[in-house]
Amino acid sequence: MTTTTLANKTLEIDAEGFLKDHTQWSRDIAKELAGQEGITELTDRHWAVVDFMRKEYEENGDGPSIRKLTKESGVPTKELYQLFPKGPAKKAAKIAGIPKPTGCI
Amino acid sequence: MTTADTQTLSNGVPKVKTQPIEKVSIIISRGSLESVYPGLIMANGARMEGIDTTLFFTFFGMEAIVNSKMDSLKVSTVGNPAMHIPTLIGSLPGMSAFATKKMKQEMEELDIPPIREFIEMIHDTGAEIYACKASADMFHLDMNDFCPQVDEIISVGRFYELSGGAQIIFT
Repeated sequence: MTTTTLANKTLEIDAEGFLKDHTQWSRDIAKELAGQEGITELTDRHWAVVDFMRKEYEENGDGPSIRKLTKESGVPTKELYQLFPKGPAKKAAKIAGIPKPTGCI
Repeated sequence: MTTADTQTLSNGVPKVKTQPIEKVSIIISRGSLESVYPGLIMANGARMEGIDTTLFFTFFGMEAIVNSKMDSLKVSTVGNPAMHIPTLIGSLPGMSAFATKKMKQEMEELDIPPIREFIEMIHDTGAEIYACKASADMFHLDMNDFCPQVDEIISVGRFYELSGGAQIIFT
C-alpha cells in the first residue's frame, strides 16, 4: 500500500499515483495533483473538465471517453490537449481523483 | 553479456529493459472499414497516452481521407473467415451494406465515431496526418481531393524522416 500526503491529508494511491478512494478528494488535493503533473494553475476550463470527469465516474463507475468528454463538457478536443498536454483522459482523471478511465476511445 | 539496456538470461534469451513508447507512426494501407478503424483507434489511443503520433495513409487506405469516399467505406464480407459468412453468400448484393450497417451500430454504442469525425478528432489531438505521394500519383489525387485534416502529401523518404525515433506500425 502506497500513501502520499496532499493538502495535509494522508491518502492511499495506486502504483501510477491515482487516488484509491475518490471520496477523499478535495479541490485543494486537485491543485496539488495538478502541480505534480506540471499544471501550475487550474483555470475554469480545467475545472469544467475535472468536474465532468467526477460526475461521469459517480454516475457510471468509469471516466468518460474523449469523445464523450468533448461533446458533453463543452471543451473541444484541441483545447483539451492544451489544458492537459500529456494525455488528457489520464491526467484529468488523476487530478479529479478518480481511477484511470478503462475505455479505448 | 550485459549492456545498459539488454541482459542475456541463462537460457540465452535476451531480456530487453522496457522503455516507454514516446512516438508512433501508424500506416493505414487498406480501405475497408474494418481495416481502417484499428489504425485510427491506435492513433487516438496513442495521443490519449501523450504519445507523439503520425498517421500515414497509403494505397487503398487513402479512401479514409478522400473527401468523396471517406463517408462510404464498407465492411468486406468476402474472403474473411472470421466473418463466418460463406464467400458465395457474402458476395450477394447488399451483404456488405448490411454488415457495414451492423458494425456502425455497434461502434456508435461504444462511442467510436464515424471515420470523418474520427479523423477530425485525431487531428485535433495534435496528431499529424499524411497521404502517400506514390498512391496520390497513382490514383490521380491532389490536396483538393483530401479532407482538410491532411497536412501534406509526402514521399516514403520523408515518411521515414518524420518517423525518426518512432515505432512504426503497419496496418
